[in-house]
Amino acid sequence: MNTAPQTEKIPVTVLTGYLGAGKTTLLNRILSEPHGKKYAVIVNEFGEIGIDNELVVNADEEVFEMNNGCICCTVRGDLVRIIDGLMRRKGKFDAIIVETTGLADPAPVAQTFFMDENVGAKTRLDAVVTVADAKWLKDRLKDAPEAKNQIAFADVILLNKTDLVTPGELAEVEARIRAINPYAKLHRTERSKIALDEVLGRNAFDLDRILDIEPEFLTADDGHDHHHDHDHDHGHDHHHHHGGLKHYHDEDMQSISLNTAKPLDPDKFFPWVQDLVATEGKDILRSKGILSFKNDEERFVFQGVHMILDGDHQRKWKDGEARTSRIVFIGRHLPEDKIRKGFESCIA
Amino acid sequence: MTETGTPLPSLADRARSVAAEGTIVGVHFFQQTPVFVLCEEALLFAPPEDKRLVAIHGGAILASAADGSRIVTGGDDGKLIATRRDGTHEVLATDDKKRWVDQVAIGPDGAVAWAAGKVAHVRTGKGEQRDLDLPSTVAGLCFFPKGFRLAIAHYNGATLWFPNAAGAKPDVLEWKGSHLGVTVSPDGKFLVTTMQEQTLHGWRIVDAKHMRMSGYSARVRSLSWTYDGGALATSGSEQLILWPFTGKDGPMGKQPTLLAQSPARCSVVACHPRQPVAAAGFADGSVLLVRLDDGALILAREADGEPVSALGWSAEGQVLAMGTENGSAGVLKL
Repeated sequence: MNTAPQTEKIPVTVLTGYLGAGKTTLLNRILSEPHGKKYAVIVNEFGEIGIDNELVVNADEEVFEMNNGCICCTVRGDLVRIIDGLMRRKGKFDAIIVETTGLADPAPVAQTFFMDENVGAKTRLDAVVTVADAKWLKDRLKDAPEAKNQIAFADVILLNKTDLVTPGELAEVEARIRAINPYAKLHRTERSKIALDEVLGRNAFDLDRILDIEPEFLTADDGHDHHHDHDHDHGHDHHHHHGGLKHYHDEDMQSISLNTAKPLDPDKFFPWVQDLVATEGKDILRSKGILSFKNDEERFVFQGVHMILDGDHQRKWKDGEARTSRIVFIGRHLPEDKIRKGFESCIA
Repeated sequence: MTETGTPLPSLADRARSVAAEGTIVGVHFFQQTPVFVLCEEALLFAPPEDKRLVAIHGGAILASAADGSRIVTGGDDGKLIATRRDGTHEVLATDDKKRWVDQVAIGPDGAVAWAAGKVAHVRTGKGEQRDLDLPSTVAGLCFFPKGFRLAIAHYNGATLWFPNAAGAKPDVLEWKGSHLGVTVSPDGKFLVTTMQEQTLHGWRIVDAKHMRMSGYSARVRSLSWTYDGGALATSGSEQLILWPFTGKDGPMGKQPTLLAQSPARCSVVACHPRQPVAAAGFADGSVLLVRLDDGALILAREADGEPVSALGWSAEGQVLAMGTENGSAGVLKL
């Protein structure tokens, strides 16, 4: 029997990553480790390797546009049906993992959890985990927009197959990732080996867990996977290094970070941000914010996926806590000046 | 419960209660015997004298249909199973890729239709099978009231299929979006789908003229035609909503009738088979009998916070069976 309270929502982890990056290896690792948990796994119909698990559902990755063609309201209709069906077996599993094809855009998967009432009532999106190939990601970022989307969208990135590249190449690909998404938790892995609590139970979409949105530029941790067979063919490409890490500017995908110590006017901020995602939502992949409003003793937090925003008061500002408002947008060709000026005009 | 000052007349304490393990996802009848479809594995036969659990599927039961002589179910075990009145059952089909059988329908002369993934299947009473590939997953399936024809809901519209017209290209009614359920009016003139959005879409079949039926507070999950086919009763709002389907234009340009105003959302509807009465189940656990002529209400189940998930009438309409998400069921003999 299910001992969890009825109101407890089933967490859903979305696994993305370009073809061959190591998604299925990670998935099999999650399923085979002795954690005592049961997972329902939704795999794409073109899955490469067999998955050894009791509850495996093949999905067709059928997307459609809600509200008669709104591109930002693209939803995975198959997930709506599958989650409906899976919930008939609630109590038989603790969490759901959705593996997408290498070419999939993570947005429709994420949006499904906000756009369908039934799915949102019974499950919650935990995190988007992207597996990236340390050797080939650099090339894919050039020729495959899907790969860039997956990096930009991620909450957790496994930079996998680190044993196949030199430390110089590794630093380079990390810098490329950070140019697109400085906020995701980045892990270096070999054969997708990682502690499972780094990829599961992340609560990345939980407003209560939006504690800190500082970038992680220099904090990529290499976990438990040290390079045992060290490659001594170091590159000697030391141009533009700052503290050992190169800084890149990605030509089409960037993040914009805004902050102010002055309180914001909610009557200006909400119309502005709603108009912003209505007009630029197609290009804004993810957004997050911690806000301080005038005459308001509580922190307001929000997060968003394209046009969908989810926000609420989180808690009282603590004594002595700096009441700084911070917002982050990750997106494609974002009009930075316009966004910056708009944000500044929301200051009370 | 309705928000009126005086308490409603109630038959709730006359209902026989039946406890089931797990969510009830459907209910059918063999004569006066209600049979509850459970969310996993089994059917629960609930005659007055005792109850009997008949395990049929190796997993979740995703869809069911009945014609009085058998209950046909589809499961996540990839099986299509027919269960008879005595509880014996047979596997009618097994999906070759073990995909979920999540749509079933029963047609004329013993025909049965089902779907798994993007393929709709139909088997005649004589055992001849035909298959139809659809452009996307089959999300709704029903037989036309007359003739051997199927309506199939999917992305961007519905397909109308004559399985016996070999080689003929099925008609397609188009409307952008995800269509999740389908029904055809008893006179065969209108086709209505439930959509992912909080709306119904309809077509007048003769000329494919569109009808949008909107204003719901939630996705519509339950549809039922009134006894004379004159209206379509629907869930999805804080009242029972009935769309008029009389005349050649159906609901075009007309307003729906709103009855049984409730503080909770209507989750299931089932029209009485012989009289202008509908049963409406709500998310707070209440079930109301609604007289369609004047909107008079009788309480058939008290609100207890357990969302109503299944309602069904016996063929003559003397017995109403009610099931909830938490597995408590009731049988009310009128």
